Amino acid sequence: MATTKVERGEYSALVDLEHNHEHEHAPFIAHHFYTAEQQFDSGKLGIWLFLVTEVLFFGGLFVAYIIYRYNRPEVFVDAHHHLDTLLGGLNTIVLLFSSLTMAWGVRAAQLGDNKTTAISVLITMVCAALFLGVKAVEYSHKWDLGLLPGDMFSYDPHAHHEHHLISNYLLLLCIPFAVILVATLVASVLHLNTGKSVIGRFYGGIAITMLGFFGGVLVGVLWMAGAATDESHSSDAHAAVATDATARLVSFEVDDAAAKTPATTEASATDAAATTPAVELPVDKKLGVFFSIYYCMTGLHAVHIIGGIIALSWIFYRSLAAHWRSDYFGPVDYVGLYWHLVDLIWIYLFPLMYLIR
Amino acid sequence: MATVTQKQQLFGHAPSNHYLDASHGVMSWIFTLDHKRIAIMYMYGVIASLFLAGIFALVLRTELYTTKQWFLTSAQYNQMFTLHGAVMVFLFIIPSVPAIIGNFVLPMMLGAKDVAFPRLNLASLWLYWLGGIFFIVVLATTQLDTGWTFYTPYSTSKSNTNVIAATMGAFILGFSSIFTGLNFIVTINTMRPKGMTWFRMPLLLWGLYSTSIIQVLATPVLGITLLLLIVERTLKLGIFDPNYGGDPLLYQHFFWFYSHPAVYIMILPAMGVVSEMLAVHCRKEVFGYKFIAMSSVAIALIGFLVWGHHLFTSGQSDLTSLVFSAITFSVAVPSAVKVFNWLCTMYRGDINLSTPMLYVMSFIFLFGIGGMTGLWLGALSTDIPLHDTYFVVAHFHYVMVGGTMTALLGGLFHWWPKFSGRMYNEPLGKLFCFFVFVGFNLTFFPQFIMGSLGMPRRYHEYAEIYQIYHQASTWGAFTLGIGIFGAVMVLVYAWFFGRKASGNPWGAATLEWQCSSPPSFHNFEHRVIVSEPYDFSSVVYDESVDGYVPVIPKREATPNQQPATVPH
Amino acid sequence: MADHSHRNETGHSGHGHAGHGHSGHGHGEHFAHPAPVWILFGTFFALICLTVLTVYVADNVELGSFELVVSMGIATVKSVLVGAFFMHMYWDKGFNVLVFLSSVLFFALFIGYTLMDSYETLPNVTNYYKTK
Repeated sequence: MATTKVERGEYSALVDLEHNHEHEHAPFIAHHFYTAEQQFDSGKLGIWLFLVTEVLFFGGLFVAYIIYRYNRPEVFVDAHHHLDTLLGGLNTIVLLFSSLTMAWGVRAAQLGDNKTTAISVLITMVCAALFLGVKAVEYSHKWDLGLLPGDMFSYDPHAHHEHHLISNYLLLLCIPFAVILVATLVASVLHLNTGKSVIGRFYGGIAITMLGFFGGVLVGVLWMAGAATDESHSSDAHAAVATDATARLVSFEVDDAAAKTPATTEASATDAAATTPAVELPVDKKLGVFFSIYYCMTGLHAVHIIGGIIALSWIFYRSLAAHWRSDYFGPVDYVGLYWHLVDLIWIYLFPLMYLIR
Repeated sequence: MATVTQKQQLFGHAPSNHYLDASHGVMSWIFTLDHKRIAIMYMYGVIASLFLAGIFALVLRTELYTTKQWFLTSAQYNQMFTLHGAVMVFLFIIPSVPAIIGNFVLPMMLGAKDVAFPRLNLASLWLYWLGGIFFIVVLATTQLDTGWTFYTPYSTSKSNTNVIAATMGAFILGFSSIFTGLNFIVTINTMRPKGMTWFRMPLLLWGLYSTSIIQVLATPVLGITLLLLIVERTLKLGIFDPNYGGDPLLYQHFFWFYSHPAVYIMILPAMGVVSEMLAVHCRKEVFGYKFIAMSSVAIALIGFLVWGHHLFTSGQSDLTSLVFSAITFSVAVPSAVKVFNWLCTMYRGDINLSTPMLYVMSFIFLFGIGGMTGLWLGALSTDIPLHDTYFVVAHFHYVMVGGTMTALLGGLFHWWPKFSGRMYNEPLGKLFCFFVFVGFNLTFFPQFIMGSLGMPRRYHEYAEIYQIYHQASTWGAFTLGIGIFGAVMVLVYAWFFGRKASGNPWGAATLEWQCSSPPSFHNFEHRVIVSEPYDFSSVVYDESVDGYVPVIPKREATPNQQPATVPH
Repeated sequence: MADHSHRNETGHSGHGHAGHGHSGHGHGEHFAHPAPVWILFGTFFALICLTVLTVYVADNVELGSFELVVSMGIATVKSVLVGAFFMHMYWDKGFNVLVFLSSVLFFALFIGYTLMDSYETLPNVTNYYKTK
């Protein structure tokens, strides 16, 4: 074809039999692509470009983090006492494991093994939900203590913190997951009973994923309970942290008062500077800013995890329907790449948030 | 003879069943995956935004006719110029050339049936509408008075207007822009047919490719910035707002990391359009093809290194300002490479003073002025007095309006036969081009003068000495308004009543002119003959189709050796 | 004629499938690169070890100002492992890798300039608050 010579005037030779060509397409190749490989390459470049946008999207938050850590290192050192390294570490390992199962799923799809793909993707989804469960415990615990972003920060180290095993915030966070769990369980049973096994298994998989969330919640709650008992035994360390934080918070409260009463702003600011001469930047002493960045970064990451679960459940469904073959596995690969990126971002978030000395 | 009929079918006015005719009903448009229909629908939105923001501009100019307050309060004036800027930037100029002309001709220029991801393309259009709805909400509610830049802390804690809806709208429009850019990069990388090597791509594709690089790399940062702004305003985070320990300068870094490269999102595709039209209407191969192509990429990359020149007077450190100022000058090099190459292309060309060509010449003239005045603003010493004066306003309008909008109008005239299958009225096209050119200069040239005399921007009352310039500017604005409105009306008239156009009425050598006018749903009903994009001997006039048809060369169809860059 | 409809005939000679023609539609194995199982598990265990290491270093080793550098260094090694093997960059096209790495480059640019400016302006801000 490529070497056909066409003489001048023979326009008929130009007429490609496009329409004959169409039905040669395998069903999974979109009409504007010519080969499976061209389609795969396009999707692959597309997803890489999407990951580029994700990196730069998160990049803004990393820049904010670095700037504030550089400007107020002491705030960051204080703040990390409120984060539980081992829960963070556990979540790191859960995400790394989910990456392994994802990579395994991609491999299976490349080999056309739909069953293994379905199982690997399901494990990945469960890990993702487990991660969210642990995160929900961490978040709700902080909200109970008043460790809130920016201006809403209301942590008082002197107040006696009644340790609720199950906080109201946690219950609130559990509601949507519980609703989906019940709904998918019912749907799964109904569909399996009527012989629709693919959709039935799909709903079952979602239900298992939701159970993963509650598994994460359980692990988190038990760990927190253990940590609370430990703390009551060794209250020295806790007290040290508290005094450390208190020193900062004195100036914080004065500034806050200044901000709220504009008429006396200058006077109070001067007072603040006078009463805390050791502090260089009185106005900036705020753990709240750390928690702003903490919630923005981990929150955006959690949103990506939720998005990942949705995308993975689509892959899970298509694996159950046995769509993958060795020349058509693109979607698994693309979602896999996205999932690894979510993992990759957490690989940086973990030391930045939890491992500050 | 069959050959003649076939020729007419392939290269003439489309007999029937072209893309406009392939299916019917509103749904067939809203859910279409055809890049051509998506382009047309983008065009409705973009032109509507142009008119809306243009009306704001006329209201502003009318208010400025007198030295004292006339019919707008200061608050209304603030809202008016903010909405003029925001709508023009986010809804008109950023999507203008890539989303209309790019979407329509990119796959055809490449010889492909569609963009790589038609659904993503449609999603991008829907996001554009959704973002537009947010701006309509802003208009209908408490409006917006922050300026299109949303600077903190005013936008986060002081302004009582609907900042959240506006930033949400801009955030969504950002994703629309990302999707278009991503789609174009993948399309150019993977959808090129055999024979279409990188250096056989028409220059518009190089312009769009460079634009897409910026869209993908810079727009996400705008996304996170606006998201942080929204959260800052609602939850008082303390990242940008100094009242809570934030840094307003950081906001400006974030914002301009996107928004300076975005300036090149606005101008690079326009430069591509100009390169195309120039070659065709001078019937001469583009001079320095590779330099024009590479200068697009160079502008895109250097564009990322200069954002700090928007922060010279914002409290940015001296060292940073110095570095940014120095690098800013380097943008002038690739820009000048383009201008000189365009001029050399015209030299001894067979210049056809058609409407598109007149727009091209306006572009080169106006972009020249806009670009040169940029150097004065890039230099630290001259920027300090000129900053925040009408000189800045005139400078960026010369680039954005004199550059991009002129190129867009010219491009619409140039590709209108392809869009609609009909020719526009040439004398009327030229007349309104004249109105645009004269009106534009009358509007903005006096602004250079009053800016250098010290007239600050964003004020609705001013000293007597500036009145003469403001009045000239207002007269010019109305002339420009008549010109743009008339030009659009000429196109609308042509869409319905114009003379039927053949596939290649201009005798252009790029591939989109090998389709019929308007193209069929699949773009090409025949195999594409890939030749050099500006080899005008590859087409000959053929009476039977009343237009040009490709010469079928007596040679092997493809080069004997494999080109170095095979699309993968 | 330059022909855009039969790309797989000669368009992808890199894979040695030239001349496969249209029958090639059903057989695309040549673009799938399944990662060996041992590599996947090896990567995973390396990642776990590095995670333990970074926690251990943070809790037990006094590094002072190098702490951030070390923890970021370990994170970077981990992300290279994830990228190279889990994300198949090791087997992927050079262009795709370039695309992804460009995001890191532009992020570095963003952070570099902004940090430089923050470093330069911090004394001004400090002075401002001192005099206030």
